[in-house]
Amino acid sequence: MSDIRNEAEAKPNATSKPPLDPHLKALENEAIHIFREVAAEFERPVMLYSIGKDSSVLLHLARKAFYPGRVPFPLLHVNTGWKFAEMIEFRDNIVKEYDLDLIEHVNPRGAAENVTPFSHGSALYTDIMKTESLRQALDAGKYDAAFGGARRDEEASRAKERIYSFRTPDHRWDPRNQRPELWNVYNGMIRQGESVRAFPLSNWTEVDIWRYIQAEDIPIVPLYFAKKRPYVERDGMMIMAEDPRLELLPGEVKQEGVIRFRTLGCFPLTGAIRSNAETLDDIIAELETATVSERQGRAIDRDQSGSMEKKKREGYF
Amino acid sequence: MTVSATATAEVLPLEEPARAIRDSRPLRLITCGSVDDGKSTLIGRLLWDTKAVKEDQAATLHRDSGKQNDLGLPDFALLLDGLQAEREQGITIDVAYRYFSTDRRSFIVADTPGHEQYTRNMATGASTADLAVLLVDARAGILEQTRRHATIASLMGIRQFVLAVNKIDLTNYDRARFIEIVHDFKEFALTLGVKQITAIPISALKGENVVYDGRASMPWYDGPTLVETLEKATTRSNQTVGFRLPVQRVSRPGESFRGYQGTVAGGSVKPGDSVVVLPSGMVANVTKIVTFDLVRNAAVAGDAITLVLDRQVDVSRGDMIVAIDSQPMTGRGFDAQLVALQPDGIEPGKRYWLKSGSRRQRVTVEPVSQLDLKSSKWNAADKLGMNAIGKVHLTFDEQAIFDTYEQNRTTGAFILIDPDTNNTVAGGMITGRRSELGGIHKDDQRVLLSLPADLAEKIMATELFADRRHDVDVRHTSAGRAAEVLADLDE
Repeated sequence: MSDIRNEAEAKPNATSKPPLDPHLKALENEAIHIFREVAAEFERPVMLYSIGKDSSVLLHLARKAFYPGRVPFPLLHVNTGWKFAEMIEFRDNIVKEYDLDLIEHVNPRGAAENVTPFSHGSALYTDIMKTESLRQALDAGKYDAAFGGARRDEEASRAKERIYSFRTPDHRWDPRNQRPELWNVYNGMIRQGESVRAFPLSNWTEVDIWRYIQAEDIPIVPLYFAKKRPYVERDGMMIMAEDPRLELLPGEVKQEGVIRFRTLGCFPLTGAIRSNAETLDDIIAELETATVSERQGRAIDRDQSGSMEKKKREGYF
Repeated sequence: MTVSATATAEVLPLEEPARAIRDSRPLRLITCGSVDDGKSTLIGRLLWDTKAVKEDQAATLHRDSGKQNDLGLPDFALLLDGLQAEREQGITIDVAYRYFSTDRRSFIVADTPGHEQYTRNMATGASTADLAVLLVDARAGILEQTRRHATIASLMGIRQFVLAVNKIDLTNYDRARFIEIVHDFKEFALTLGVKQITAIPISALKGENVVYDGRASMPWYDGPTLVETLEKATTRSNQTVGFRLPVQRVSRPGESFRGYQGTVAGGSVKPGDSVVVLPSGMVANVTKIVTFDLVRNAAVAGDAITLVLDRQVDVSRGDMIVAIDSQPMTGRGFDAQLVALQPDGIEPGKRYWLKSGSRRQRVTVEPVSQLDLKSSKWNAADKLGMNAIGKVHLTFDEQAIFDTYEQNRTTGAFILIDPDTNNTVAGGMITGRRSELGGIHKDDQRVLLSLPADLAEKIMATELFADRRHDVDVRHTSAGRAAEVLADLDE
């Protein structure tokens, strides 16, 4: 096979990079361990790939875990049809460059009924285009394990997730009845139809992700870096205004400003931040003095307290 | 009493955080203790005072808190109890992992439930912690649940304890009460073999002796605050036994490459080292340690690697590659301590799945004794109920490979899985090869030779014994452990 590199070819990877700091090294080791364990214990694993910074780190770790072999499972992108154009372009380049198997799924019902964040509201749109769509894709592929890039520091109900998160055949998460998870001995035993969501980045924080991206020189979508971009202000958020499907509401004006994204999702639901951070150093420095959390720009988290838990119980990722 | 000092302390900014990249792993800690002792409030206070709560989160918290306490602070417990059911019932059901840092160090804290029915989640948090903060309500003192949690934490190898005597403000900062509780706990902790205890009088609600000191209210206490104690604590020490690599998967991307992937669970390895593959006993030499970045000169405990050997040997998932001169125990019968985590407890004679490292095999569990948390005595028992802490015999269908938990926390630990439900029903720690003479499997009959350990190792290192090494088990035993074994035999 062409993807096997021998010792001589492997060495250039090392370049003159300084060694990882022990904290990041430990997180990396833990994630690799989880990847290998899931790949060995389950018959049909898949990796959920959302093109964001966490997905980029997750993919990098997967490549490390199975080197010198190929990543032994496909990537699944649940596309809502409302991602930033730059994200899709980035995705296609990465898939080509790393020789990955990508499965893209769009909920056919949502597409047929033309479900949009504008016509249906963020909650119903998310339910149909993300939760329902993910369940369709997982069922269609008969996947028994799905890797995800969720971190425990993101949100209160995510802080309660196990690394192996057990799901019933209808993809439900029962937070009150999770399996005990001791040491790094994971219980991968499931019955037909049941599945596990596996979270190799559970113990990473937002700053860890950025430091690791910097240390490992991992490619990320350029939207994370500050640049002059068009936007409109809506519901207290700065919404990118480059997609022709975004119709200006009465009183709204298209503006231009130096903005960037701290987190990436669907463009109508993801607010930008004012920032001059053009490099990874800038981003890390900005983060260390940030007074608001990462997800403050995400509309779907704000529907009501506990809404992430509700979505997850229904099978949302 | 005065609260002015803490009210001021609350608005004081922390020192500017250091920009330097952290140079060590974060300290992992658990908070445990009985329900209503204020664990979630304490961690909420830690997060609040170390500025880990961001403005938007604080706003949500203020909104959800409804009626605020008389200090004008939100209900900190809501930061941790993120599940709907937890908020409805005002209790913690599942472990929440939270991250915070000071200018000196970063921390991962597992907030674990106090309710007895959720002991399994407390054990989940304890299994990876370096330190346990044991909360006690100053008015209630040491309760059975406090003892259960301290015992589980201790069994799981936690050696550093902080006794946080909380709600000290509700006793009017009574020094005598504090000393009484510390005395009670120390007496109990001695039976667990816990040596390192830091006792701190705390008001989590008011933030006294958590991040900021409580001198204004408690001039009689001149010890460290909780955060100072955590900053000075040590992470779990490295394993003492030789090289261990539980094989997770065999990497065969093509004809020209065959590597064994896993995480080093103890010791270290370098190219040229001789290793043994267990259970087959085949010997080989390491030619390469492969990682994505480079071909390495060495790997140590914790490293996720791919090992290449110099000859064709039969290795599959679940096998263990180990140092030739320091091998784990192998056999069909082991002794262990375990914590039963599910309502059905542990049934004698039932065949469970046991998973340790990457190895999963069938095992029969025979309960021997159960710990009575009131008297700290091990009483004979033939079954173990929910949350019971017991000593058991394990009997395997085929060769099992172990170290003691004391020697190696990866190769000495296991979980039991109920084959009927697939649920994790117990966490266990190996204490040694099966001690009961009558129960030894007939394949496992051995001749015991008593020699000074160093002499035994010298003999085993000679060429004469080179191919018999896997038949011989050389173990060091302290005088104390020898006395314990003899005492067990007398019973």
